[in-house]
Amino acid sequence: MNNGTTTGTSAGRAFISTLKRDLLIAFKRKNDIANPFMFFFIVVSLFPIGIGPDADKLREIAPGVIWIAALLSSMLSMDSLYRADFEDGSLEQLLLSPNPLFFLVLAKNISHWLVSGLPVILVSPILAYMLNLPSEAYAVLVLSLLIGTPIISLLGSIAVALTVGLGSRGLILAVITLPMSVPVLIFGTLAVQSQLNGINPIGYLALLFAMFAAALSLAPLASAAALRISVN
Amino acid sequence: MLEKQLQPTDPLAMLSAVNLFCERDDRVLFRDLDFSLAQGQIVQVRGSNGSGKTTLLRILCGLNDGYEGSIHWYGDELSDRADEFAAALLYIGHRAGVNKVLTPLENLRWSCSLQSAVSEAQLLDALSTVGLRGFEYSACFGLSAGQQQRVALARLLLSPAKLWVLDEPFTTLDIKGVRLLESLLTSHAQQGGSVLVTTHHPLKIDGLLELNLG
Repeated sequence: MNNGTTTGTSAGRAFISTLKRDLLIAFKRKNDIANPFMFFFIVVSLFPIGIGPDADKLREIAPGVIWIAALLSSMLSMDSLYRADFEDGSLEQLLLSPNPLFFLVLAKNISHWLVSGLPVILVSPILAYMLNLPSEAYAVLVLSLLIGTPIISLLGSIAVALTVGLGSRGLILAVITLPMSVPVLIFGTLAVQSQLNGINPIGYLALLFAMFAAALSLAPLASAAALRISVN
Repeated sequence: MLEKQLQPTDPLAMLSAVNLFCERDDRVLFRDLDFSLAQGQIVQVRGSNGSGKTTLLRILCGLNDGYEGSIHWYGDELSDRADEFAAALLYIGHRAGVNKVLTPLENLRWSCSLQSAVSEAQLLDALSTVGLRGFEYSACFGLSAGQQQRVALARLLLSPAKLWVLDEPFTTLDIKGVRLLESLLTSHAQQGGSVLVTTHHPLKIDGLLELNLG
């Protein structure tokens, strides 16, 4: 703790260790991985059934449907981010670590995204095919989800951290997180739509990336502060 | 308030509290609480259920900021030396921080890594010292409450922390476990460490000090 290098390596060690631990827990509790993925798959595949096999209509709603389903499936798994740790006392250990809480919270957020966001992104081209999205938009869809879903994990983490101490949370998590996620949803779907309309989507993707950079650097600070309040 | 204790506010003491006041749900838990904990001392915090033992420990650790008064670390305001304090503190709450899905080894590996670098051999060594040899690789939900408590206590063997704050560490331990923990506390104090512990268990430790919360 006396000089920069020891702090650096010890924060790095704690970061890696926390990331590994959370991934390990997710792999042992297979629900954590299967649930968001299954939810995403089922919700998106219900649309062609409900709306009917009108190819033009489906193509029109495809970007929005996929993005909304990705957003909701991320919310679904969000609650478990700090809950088990809060209940078994691990969260207190996390807060009392001499290492910066920023990195430890970031490790948990990255783990959450790897478990709930990444599988959804990987399967999205298949569902896009099902919704008759033209293949030239696949790359933009995947790219927009790749930049956008981490933002949702980072923002959702703040809401979970704020509410983890409450007994019955119900919908409050969604009420806090979804309004914050609206800009991500707008620019994510706009990027795909504009590609479909033959407009270069780079502007929307850049805005999405700017939001990602801001969320990456600021959201873990807010989550850390919220956690300190919640264990109080 | 104090028995067999140093001057209430010894400025050189490792940890000291001056005029602590805490109120919870319109009920005063303690007021004008002064005490100090010097190196090599073991203090048992006593009091009836609901007298604020856990709250006091959480306040001292910095987990709870709903108090008035000041806390000092080697004479300086605790908040000025928060980094140093965090590196010197080991807290085991009555929720011990043991994840039930993970194995004892995985739990210990993570909780130790938050504070210091520990090798795999040291982890296995510590687990067998606390009596978990043979259980290193079985998931914690299959272990008894006492065994889960031992997973948390294994950290005492590996942590470089000088100040141990233990909340009800004896509750689920068997007789052998109690003896082991008592000997750990004693040897920690002999090496210049300090311990703040809450328990209703009559401790057999030489030089034990008491802090009564009523």
